[in-house]
Amino acid sequence: MDTFLGLDYATWWFLVFGAVISGYAILDGFDLGAGSLHLFLKKEQSRRIAMNAIGPIWDGNEVWLVIGGGALFAGFPIAYAAIFSAFYVPFMIFLVGLIFRAVSIEFRSKEPWAWWRRSWDIVYCVASIIISLSLGLMLGNVVEGLPLDDHQEFAGSWLSFFNPFAILVAITTLALFMMHGAIFLTMKTENRLFVKLHVLANNFIIFFVVSFVITTLYTLLYIPHLSDFFKAHPMYFMIPLLMTLSIANIPRQVKLGKYRYAFISSAVTIALLLIMVALEVFPYLLYSPLKPENSITIYSAASSARTMHILLIMALVGTPLVGLYTSFVFWTFKGKVKLDEMSY
Amino acid sequence: MDVEILARVQFAFTIGFHYIYPPLSIGLGLMLVILEGLYLRTGNRIYEMAVRFWIRIFALIFGIGVATGIIMEFEFGTNWATYSKYVGDIFGSALAAEGIFAFALESGFLGILIFGWNRVGPRVHFFSTIMVFFGSLFSAVWIVVANSWQQTPAGFHIVGEGLNARAEITDFWAMVFNPSSVDRMLHVWVGAILAGAFMVLSVNAWYILHKKHQEIARPTFRIALIVATIFSLLQLFIGHRSADGVSRYQPAKLAAMEGHFDSSASADMFIFGYVDKKKETTSGLKIPGGLSFLVHGDFKAPLPGLRSYKPEDRPSQVNSVFQFYHLMVAAGVAMIGLSLLGCWLWWKKRLFEYRWLLWVYALSVLLPQLANQAGWFTAEMGRQPWVVYGLLRTSDALSRAVTANQIVFSLILFTIVYIVLFALFLFLLNRKIQHGPVDYGTKEDIESGARRDNPLLEHEKI
Ligand code: HDD
Ligand code: HEM
Ligand code: HEM
Repeated sequence: MDTFLGLDYATWWFLVFGAVISGYAILDGFDLGAGSLHLFLKKEQSRRIAMNAIGPIWDGNEVWLVIGGGALFAGFPIAYAAIFSAFYVPFMIFLVGLIFRAVSIEFRSKEPWAWWRRSWDIVYCVASIIISLSLGLMLGNVVEGLPLDDHQEFAGSWLSFFNPFAILVAITTLALFMMHGAIFLTMKTENRLFVKLHVLANNFIIFFVVSFVITTLYTLLYIPHLSDFFKAHPMYFMIPLLMTLSIANIPRQVKLGKYRYAFISSAVTIALLLIMVALEVFPYLLYSPLKPENSITIYSAASSARTMHILLIMALVGTPLVGLYTSFVFWTFKGKVKLDEMSY
Repeated sequence: MDVEILARVQFAFTIGFHYIYPPLSIGLGLMLVILEGLYLRTGNRIYEMAVRFWIRIFALIFGIGVATGIIMEFEFGTNWATYSKYVGDIFGSALAAEGIFAFALESGFLGILIFGWNRVGPRVHFFSTIMVFFGSLFSAVWIVVANSWQQTPAGFHIVGEGLNARAEITDFWAMVFNPSSVDRMLHVWVGAILAGAFMVLSVNAWYILHKKHQEIARPTFRIALIVATIFSLLQLFIGHRSADGVSRYQPAKLAAMEGHFDSSASADMFIFGYVDKKKETTSGLKIPGGLSFLVHGDFKAPLPGLRSYKPEDRPSQVNSVFQFYHLMVAAGVAMIGLSLLGCWLWWKKRLFEYRWLLWVYALSVLLPQLANQAGWFTAEMGRQPWVVYGLLRTSDALSRAVTANQIVFSLILFTIVYIVLFALFLFLLNRKIQHGPVDYGTKEDIESGARRDNPLLEHEKI
């Protein structure tokens, strides 16, 4: 295997893929969260402001999902094939959720009727919740591993996706996004809506911490092999430790009224959580618990060295570009939401 | 029904639905660039109102394009797992490039395009409009490159055998510039621009018919007419080049497109007709030897016919390929006719005098849509029975972990969702068109709170 700066290509691409997924979770996380708490906002004006807070950027955030899909397809086609054909049913539901969410944002403002707007509010909120839950559900199952056959394709039933661990991960994901979204909205709002979101943010922090602790305990008790990595490499205990600090920092900053720091903290929390997941599964992309020899690792799934090489060049050229215009757009729309005649 | 048919139907249905929107985004993107450019140059408020109106339509179309496109990205993995493994090395890099170079550009600047009118200066806004247009052009590049590779593979070698065989890149640029990429890319772009131009043409014809917004509708109609004329003529040449490429690299497809069976005879060109697959005959109105003439410049030259391929190596739906191909060409010719007629009448200063003609223009928005869909169906059904031409059969490309029931489930799900989506789309599009371009007042008016005729702010009370 060819290497670059001492690491082989497959590991590099695993890092790139992980970075893209973290980017997706952090960016789309806050707009999914904002969507999931939408129905907690009662007044038309509040809902409009909340939607317009994500209006100009949610689509750009979702592109990270598209890039992630492309990155997996390109770098690890075998894993791409196995994962999406395995998660057929939950993934279709996830996709339908994405469709409805995209159009509800688009359609809601197009008609003035109260019933029209209220219906799209419900669609928007429910779709955001379903998307967050199904993301968590799939993540949980990937972490646990799936039964794979000799051709490295899924050999189980989709009903098995609904197991306690995956459900816990799903709920934790939802809580995490809601907290993240509420904090984002506090940065974008003023006056009474702002006060309301401050209170909501605090509640979602509690929701997240409780579900996170339960999931962790469950993992330690019932799926001990997931913590093998940390037992073998005590140095890496740093990461859970950092994460605890970062989680603890969120309510502190919210209390101090420093919402931007709170937001950064929750973004860091998401990244650290995914880093932990990555360390636990590495070098497996999809572990097959019953027949470990059928598992898919980053090496068995990797594309040819030449493709990897091209991909790394693309990532090197593309990422700064994406960063550049993403920051330009965020900068253009910084500050509190102001409604105007082009708003949703 | 078997998994293969179901998976194909699902793919055709979802991509066909997706493909209603991207061409409109690309085409309207160009119209936005032209209109906004004119506004910046002339300072004429007419163009400002027109741009702002079309930005709103664009936003609606773009939204559905994104929503349905994300399905496509993952459908390779869900339904065509073996295919994904086979082509991942090549195809994946194109999809990844598309995401990182095109979609990110497009979606990023889209925010400014739609919401930034009062936030950034006119120049920055115009820049964003251009970036969105470029982004949409690029997004078509990679996907068409990937599809063209699948039609005329190049720059690769095969490693492994049987179920584990896969294509690996040997030469990236040969892969990108495979024999059909450039022709098909141009063809798709021009098809998309026509979709946008005819949409603008049609909506403005409707306004003129109903005596609404005349001062905006007439100049905008003329601009769209110019674009439509240039690109529909261009499409004839580019389409011919595509057909020429097909004759060289996919002769079985060409034979199916004209229903040509006998390799020792010259090939006819049909205006319309019907292929009887059992009797292996084609009947209809034809120019004898016309296809031979187009390919070899000689009415008598023989062309390879379908009979020279084993039955299992021929496209199975010959008649459908034939009909779709002729539908596309007919629509193309109709577009050329309509736009030339328009130019002639304009020259005679009688452009807006015939109500029936304006009605024809109002309906002409369907022509490029028909041609685009029919074109893809020709290209994709003519490629059968291969997914990757000459290398991987469609029947071998499926996901073995997926059962017929799961596909039926998702097919029903998507059918329902897409019907609802399409109905809502038409409803909102219609409402927006009825509402028409709005005079928002100048920027200063808006800032001072004198917001006239603003549909959104009026209803702020709810
Ligand atoms: C507005 C759209 C439009 C118009 C007016 C035309 N086409 Fe087209 N055609 C397409 C839109 C399209 C398309 C959707 O873009 C396709 C499908 C795949 C592709 O590459 O382009 C296509 C495919 C396609 C193919 C198959 C290419 C392949 O299989 O690789 C041929 C031979 C032609 N076209 C030829 C023509 C000719 C001779 C036209 C004469 C007027 C024409 N097209 C008009
Ligand atoms: C199987 C083939 C295809 C796949 C997998 C695919 C994938 C996608 C995806 C994932 C998106 C959403 C991107 C976003 O989030 O912004 C999208 C939108 C888009 N696609 Fe496709 N696409 C396909 C076919 C095509 C073709 C052939 C074209 C052009 C000729 C095209 C042009 C576009 C454009 C311009 C958009 C932007 C959204 C819009 O304008 O509606 N796509 N596509
Ligand atoms: C890169 C782009 C594309 C790829 C990779 C692709 C690939 C495929 C695949 C894998 C199938 C299923 C297997 C088969 O029946 O051959 C298929 C079928 C089909 N695709 Fe494409 N496609 C692409 C773009 C498009 C677009 C943009 C359209 C536009 C409408 C389209 C129209 C169809 C149709 C109609 C079928 C069904 C053909 C049949 O019934 O046999 N394709 N394509």
